[in-house]
Amino acid sequence: MNKFLWPLAGFIILAVFLRIGLDLNPHEVPSPFIGKPAPEFSLPVLGTPGEALDKHFSPRDMRGKVWLLNVWSSWCVSCRAEHPFLVRLAKEGKLPIVGFNYKEVRGDTEIDASKLGAEAERELVQKRARAWLAQRGDPYQLTVLDIDGRVAIDYGVYGVPETYLIDREGIIRVKHIGPLTEDALREKIMPLLEQETRGKP
Amino acid sequence: MIPELGQFALILALAVALVQGALPLAGVQRGNAAWIALAWPAVRAQAFLLTFSFCCLTWAFIDNDFSVVYTASHSNSQLPLPYRIAAVWGGHEGSLLLWALLLSWWSFAVSLFSRQLPETMTARVLGILGLVSVGFLVFILMTSNPFERQLPGLPEGNDLNPLLQDPGLVIHPPLLYMGYVGFSIAYAFAIAALLSGQLDAAWARWSRPWTMVAWIFLTLGIAMGSWWAYYELGWGGWWFWDPVENASFMPWLIGTALIHSLAVTEKRGSFKNWTVMLAIGAFSLSLLGTFLVRSGVLTSVHAFATDPKRGVYILAFLVAVIGSSLLLFAWRAPKVGLGGRFALLSRESLLLTNNVMLAVVCATVLIGTLSPLIASALGKKLSVGAPYFNTVFGALMVPVVFLIGVGPFARWKEASLAGLARLLRWPFFVAVLAAILLPLSLDHWSPLIALGLALAFWIALTATLNFIARVRATRAGRPFLSTLFKQPGAFWGMHLAHLGIAVFIVGVTMVKGYETEKDVKMGPGDTVEVGGYQFGFLGVRETNGPNYLALIGDVEVTKNGKPYRRMTPEKRIYNASGMPMTETAIDSGFLRDLYISLGEPIDRENLNGEWAVRVYHKPFVGWIWIGCLLMALGGLVSICDRRYRVRANAVVITPSATQPAQSA
Amino acid sequence: MKARHQRIALMVGGLAVLGIIIALVLNALTSNIVFFFSPTDVVEGKAPQGRAFRIGGMVKEGSLQRGADGITVHFVVTDTEHDMPVTYKGILPDLFREGKGVVAQGKLGEDSLFVANEVLAKHDENYMPPEAAKAVDEAHARAARNRTAETLQQ
Repeated sequence: MNKFLWPLAGFIILAVFLRIGLDLNPHEVPSPFIGKPAPEFSLPVLGTPGEALDKHFSPRDMRGKVWLLNVWSSWCVSCRAEHPFLVRLAKEGKLPIVGFNYKEVRGDTEIDASKLGAEAERELVQKRARAWLAQRGDPYQLTVLDIDGRVAIDYGVYGVPETYLIDREGIIRVKHIGPLTEDALREKIMPLLEQETRGKP
Repeated sequence: MIPELGQFALILALAVALVQGALPLAGVQRGNAAWIALAWPAVRAQAFLLTFSFCCLTWAFIDNDFSVVYTASHSNSQLPLPYRIAAVWGGHEGSLLLWALLLSWWSFAVSLFSRQLPETMTARVLGILGLVSVGFLVFILMTSNPFERQLPGLPEGNDLNPLLQDPGLVIHPPLLYMGYVGFSIAYAFAIAALLSGQLDAAWARWSRPWTMVAWIFLTLGIAMGSWWAYYELGWGGWWFWDPVENASFMPWLIGTALIHSLAVTEKRGSFKNWTVMLAIGAFSLSLLGTFLVRSGVLTSVHAFATDPKRGVYILAFLVAVIGSSLLLFAWRAPKVGLGGRFALLSRESLLLTNNVMLAVVCATVLIGTLSPLIASALGKKLSVGAPYFNTVFGALMVPVVFLIGVGPFARWKEASLAGLARLLRWPFFVAVLAAILLPLSLDHWSPLIALGLALAFWIALTATLNFIARVRATRAGRPFLSTLFKQPGAFWGMHLAHLGIAVFIVGVTMVKGYETEKDVKMGPGDTVEVGGYQFGFLGVRETNGPNYLALIGDVEVTKNGKPYRRMTPEKRIYNASGMPMTETAIDSGFLRDLYISLGEPIDRENLNGEWAVRVYHKPFVGWIWIGCLLMALGGLVSICDRRYRVRANAVVITPSATQPAQSA
Repeated sequence: MKARHQRIALMVGGLAVLGIIIALVLNALTSNIVFFFSPTDVVEGKAPQGRAFRIGGMVKEGSLQRGADGITVHFVVTDTEHDMPVTYKGILPDLFREGKGVVAQGKLGEDSLFVANEVLAKHDENYMPPEAAKAVDEAHARAARNRTAETLQQ
């Protein structure tokens, strides 16, 4: 063999490993929740200023619809990056999005929530969440508040943002970790959505 | 409107790049002079279009146009203007545009300064650069368009990552990219030479200055990045063997080998294949670096927004560029002559040894960087610790550095071992003796400190000796000093760069051997002593910056009871992102740095109480970057050598010139 | 004749140097590879004793405590299934937060306390290091399996 072919051979082996490495994108971890019913909960819905938190939302309310559950917090940096995309997506109107505000106050290390009373914390959560949506646009059909993060544990949320696609039967079909992007929507969510709409008119 | 113009210019640039990449190369092959002639206007048009496009993007940042997605996610109206401009390359899309822009400028420079080259050669080089540009422009337009709009626009942007809001990081990426992109010129010359089958001294002579300029930029870029990490990250480290750092260091190692190898090929016509291989390697590693950084296959502390789809594209581009080059190499290399013969001990053989060692060092860095990836392909999660790199790199660089001292004394073709030994025995003994004795007078002695200092002294002494010998030989009765300064730039450049390495080694050795690092709890009124200085903590106060809130710690430094200065480390919280950032306070001196950074408050509720504080004393740490600057300066001096230009001109007058003609 | 000897000597020398370099690289590599384990792996005894490794998961809420010197910190890394107490002497990174992902490197000390010499939190994201994310998710998957098994038994 031509000895000058060795560099090429070495490079090809390297390229194969790089290609495999790409598929093993470390951000993608198979979630145990896919294909399982979305855990039930009943959480207060964010209302207009002055309104009490007496309206509640439960995933059951969305039966018969395909929808997205988007976990966010105003202290989360990646949520900021993701938000403009959600606003655009909401404008298209193909998919209802429910906002899931995660530990708005407790998750923020700049505030010591233990020093606040429960009532004060609830007030602050609403104020901050409203301010965020007012400033950046509100893509959500409604926003639920998981003030203590207990429901998030059932969903296996371990970082914000995360997005779940839940189908008509209330089954989690996709769990997207990290900011939702155009590509993720096209590759992971749209195919399932089309399948759903074709399957059940 | 302006972003649309920018995008339009980008699309036009792609069209022009296609012309530049296709017609001149085909023209040379088919002897079509009109097609060949297209290369020059195409390069000019591309440089203009990309400059225009880049200005459009910059305008979107200056104008706070948050309807552009890229602007909205990397800038903020509160951001000071210089950082708004730097934010243009603060993200993936913009940095790729910067890359394409710099490539077009480099190509333009080649088209300007290559009048003395045969037209076909330049046309080939420009054509290859056009093809590289096509790859980048398609990538930008397909996967990472910086001009993408979202309507209606947002009232406010996301802000630039606070880590990047720093003067050091404003210039670090452009410097680094100038280096990366510059290697594409050496690569284009090598491929053009392979295509034409004329791998000769002329080719090496042409590509040498370009390669040197690229190497200078890369050196400065890496040094700047390391300096930034030192003062901005707040851990006092300056090199972490992080994948992103390694990605820039590997092209540097091969580039360093390349500039030495080109010198031999030019002067003696030897190891041409090796030189071509290095030219391909330097650029391939630049591309590989981009792939590693941008595709997210490796996790690193420099978390860039990553996207596997981009990774697939870059990998495909990588395979196309490197694969075709290596194939071309395998096809053409066997026909390349061996060039001037040389003995087992000669300047050529020493340079070759150094070259091979540098390539081996680069391979070990590559192995360390990629093994987590290969392991994860085999289903294991692991990381390779910095000690691996330190051990292997340190051990392999010892012989390389030793040879730096020997090389300049060895004759071309054949050198005498006895002669070299006789010449160099004194510097050797003096260096070893000084290295053993000097640390004894300092704090403590360790073999590694002695080894480091011995290597540094060795380079310094041999360089001095070489200067003296050279001046004696060329003096001819003139005064010593004037003869010294009349030495050619190449000679000065070589020794300046080598002395830079010595200075660098001193810095690394001293800081590793004698630094003091104290992490302490300090309340107002507390004092800690580090490195002979007393640091008195006065407390923390609050102030507002342009786009952040800062907690400033006041530290009064005294030496032997005399006030020295006040230092003010900061903790910032950026308004837009809410991200905390540590701003260290550094007192830089020639012989030592004092380094303070604020950790966190012991009690979150009481910011005026006690804080965890890092107080470091780092002897000679500045020498690390002074050394890098000297290396870059050496490179600069050597390209200012008049002989470069005179000889280049000689080619025009008599293409087969062996005698240097008069300068034109 | 002489040239041939020289060539053979050169080749032998070259091979010897190459061998030394390969030995050096392999030795350095094997002694500096740091494997990653989740708290569950550690509880199950998969992690090595006396050798550095990395551990990842979430910092348990409310688990951060400071020692008397103010510099030593104790916290618990959890993958939601098992907990791992960690001690670290030094200043934590800016983005270290309770309830957030973390990766710590160090050795297993006495009383199965993890003595970290390095704590990593990602620089510019609120995000969990991938290793930590994996550990948490696997624990979740096991928990889900167990729950299903329990329901079936009933």
